[in-house]
Amino acid sequence: MTTTTAASADSGERTVRKDSPGAARGPRRAGRIRRIGLPYLLLLPALLLELLVHLVPMVIGIVMSFKELTQFYIRDWGTAPWSGFDNYKISVDFSAPVGEALLHSFLVTVGFTLLSVGLCWLIGTAAAIYMQDTFRGRGLLRALFLVPYALPVYAAVITWVFMFQHDNGLVNHVLHDQLHLTDKPSFWLIGDNSFYALLVVSVWKGWPFAFLIIMAGLQNIPGELYEAAALDGAGLWQQLRRITLPSLRAVNQVLILVLFLWTFNDFNTPFVLFGRTAPESADLISVHIYQASFVTWNFGTGSAMSVLLLLFLLVVTGAYLLLTSRGRKTADV
Amino acid sequence: MRRIRAAAAGAVTISLLTAATACGGGSSNGGSNDSPKTLTYWASNQGASIEIDKKVLQPELDKFEKQSGIKVKVEVVPWSDLLNRILTATTSGQGPDVLNIGNTWSASLQATGALLPWDAKNFAKIGGRDRFVDSALGSTGAEGKDPAAVPLYSMAYALYYNKKSFADAGIAAPPATWDELVADGKKLSKGGKWGLGAEGSNVSENIHHVFVFAKQHGADFFTSDGKADFTNDGVVAAVQQYVGLMSKDKIIAPGNAEYAQNQSVSDFAKGKNAMLLWQSASANLKSQGMSEDAYGIAPVPVQSGTPGTGANVNSMVAGINLAVFKNSKNLDGATKFVKFMTSDAEQKILNTAYSSIPPVKTAQEDSAFNTPSNAVLKDTLAKSAAALPQVADESQFETAVGTAVKNLFAAAAAGHPVTTASVKAELEKAQQQMPKK
Repeated sequence: MTTTTAASADSGERTVRKDSPGAARGPRRAGRIRRIGLPYLLLLPALLLELLVHLVPMVIGIVMSFKELTQFYIRDWGTAPWSGFDNYKISVDFSAPVGEALLHSFLVTVGFTLLSVGLCWLIGTAAAIYMQDTFRGRGLLRALFLVPYALPVYAAVITWVFMFQHDNGLVNHVLHDQLHLTDKPSFWLIGDNSFYALLVVSVWKGWPFAFLIIMAGLQNIPGELYEAAALDGAGLWQQLRRITLPSLRAVNQVLILVLFLWTFNDFNTPFVLFGRTAPESADLISVHIYQASFVTWNFGTGSAMSVLLLLFLLVVTGAYLLLTSRGRKTADV
Repeated sequence: MRRIRAAAAGAVTISLLTAATACGGGSSNGGSNDSPKTLTYWASNQGASIEIDKKVLQPELDKFEKQSGIKVKVEVVPWSDLLNRILTATTSGQGPDVLNIGNTWSASLQATGALLPWDAKNFAKIGGRDRFVDSALGSTGAEGKDPAAVPLYSMAYALYYNKKSFADAGIAAPPATWDELVADGKKLSKGGKWGLGAEGSNVSENIHHVFVFAKQHGADFFTSDGKADFTNDGVVAAVQQYVGLMSKDKIIAPGNAEYAQNQSVSDFAKGKNAMLLWQSASANLKSQGMSEDAYGIAPVPVQSGTPGTGANVNSMVAGINLAVFKNSKNLDGATKFVKFMTSDAEQKILNTAYSSIPPVKTAQEDSAFNTPSNAVLKDTLAKSAAALPQVADESQFETAVGTAVKNLFAAAAAGHPVTTASVKAELEKAQQQMPKK
């Protein structure tokens, strides 16, 4: 996806450049207007679509969060009465049930995201470094690694649902019947274990992306660096610590941010795995907000929760970018 | 020139998009007859699969087209999607003309104001309100308001039992009380087989059962003025008794706590469970290869005595209603279609196909619905079934309490005890999720 965007942006730039000298040949004033106007005209559809696809729904969502929007008003939500900050107060009142459940779900999501992103990054990095060396069957293995990334989410997760079944699932068959690791078959889709089930699926689905990006990053590190380091007597660990990781810094910065946002907001995996109501131990915030809006039919409170989530993610992303870029500046100095 | 054309195309696209978004918030009141030759119909998934439903419905829709000249485009919607689809259609105003709704949702959907109210005038167009059975009319909307839908298929819960398993265990007759059921269940739960099947992760199935248990404990989930009251002693005892069939009596396999896709029906068809509490299971069991003489059908047990009203209620009034979207572009055609679907002839055909009971009195008298098994269901509907609370918050109540029971089953399956306190805590949480008024 990244490549496509980059390519189209490239070609767009080229068109402008090609066009501009031709435009300069006409009368002077018209030429100037065209020269200044054309880029804006070309940007206009994108701006308008951006407005329609992202900004308008966002504004509508924010408006909804200040309304008392239940099934009585959804048919014509404009008529729903204003409720001021009530929806926000309900959402952040952590001593009352709605707020308490939201806080619980938030903490579960934070823990889950940290573990999932960490594991995805670790496995992806290890696999990418391992795949650096050429060996027989590397192409095949590389392709295999990318399978989870290429599969449609629904199909992949539903397969996991079958594997996690209590009575007939593969997971219990292996852990209990074959390896005798548990004294009785465990439940994976209900109860406390569901957190681990969700984590396994999330990492399985997420690490190939990390692998792909880090593999691309590794291509950019000049081989001479390693040769020179090896001459100087640096071992594998030293090379990894002093060359590979610092060189991947920029790549990792983007990768971790993207993984974090995707995992934090992941809706498909828990929804396909657990259905409309997730077990408490795996109650991720996106499903929780879905439940508040579409299962309890309390769209106002659901919107307020979404806005709060958006604010949180903005703050975290901002802080992260600030910290990492400052880190890089000092490194450059 | 080319640039201008491109810009114009862009502008047109955008204005189209804006128009589409504008429609999204729209809410035209009252329908019209702008497109009298077509209808769209969302059917709920009644048969063992969506394909089977299409096979059942299409010949009937063709018949309707021949009679009226109106073409009906049908879409069979799975249960898991139906409520959300209806909700989306309500918000966007882009719904079908006619649709099936679960009868327990009637009051909730009525509150949105999107469905055509069935006042005397509308009822007259389909032959009058008196054609329908009272218990079925009881779940078509809030009391004192014009119904939001018309009953289409009626169902009731019954106890399905495997005749061979019963004979092997030396049990002569199906249990009539819960004590008997538990005693029989213990005899039957042996050698990898279990006494009773349950659908522990199916939120709707959970609510249907605990509703009946609550009735049998003389309790209700709502106060008379419509406030949620999930933690009263009767309700707590009811939920504890139901989940206790797994945790305390151990006649339900722990694995059933995870079931939500009718696996317990398959287990029953395969002989893994000797008993099943289900509504109109015959067609489903047949499609899974269980012959009709392999099982018997008895009324759902009560605490003591025989099924009846009050504390001896032993089923909810289950069923499907037919509703019309108020902003249909073919209101006349939609009404004609409702009349067709609730006509005596169609009622017989459809209810036979789905092994349900017609909510239309005259159709119910047909001999097809007087077989011994149907007699149990008909009897239950007439004498000992009660409608789920017809309150606007019904769909939220289903989810909140159904989920609480799901959590309790999960705890039971993991071997944790299900105590009065733990039941009360779960129900407390469910109650607090209900919208405040």
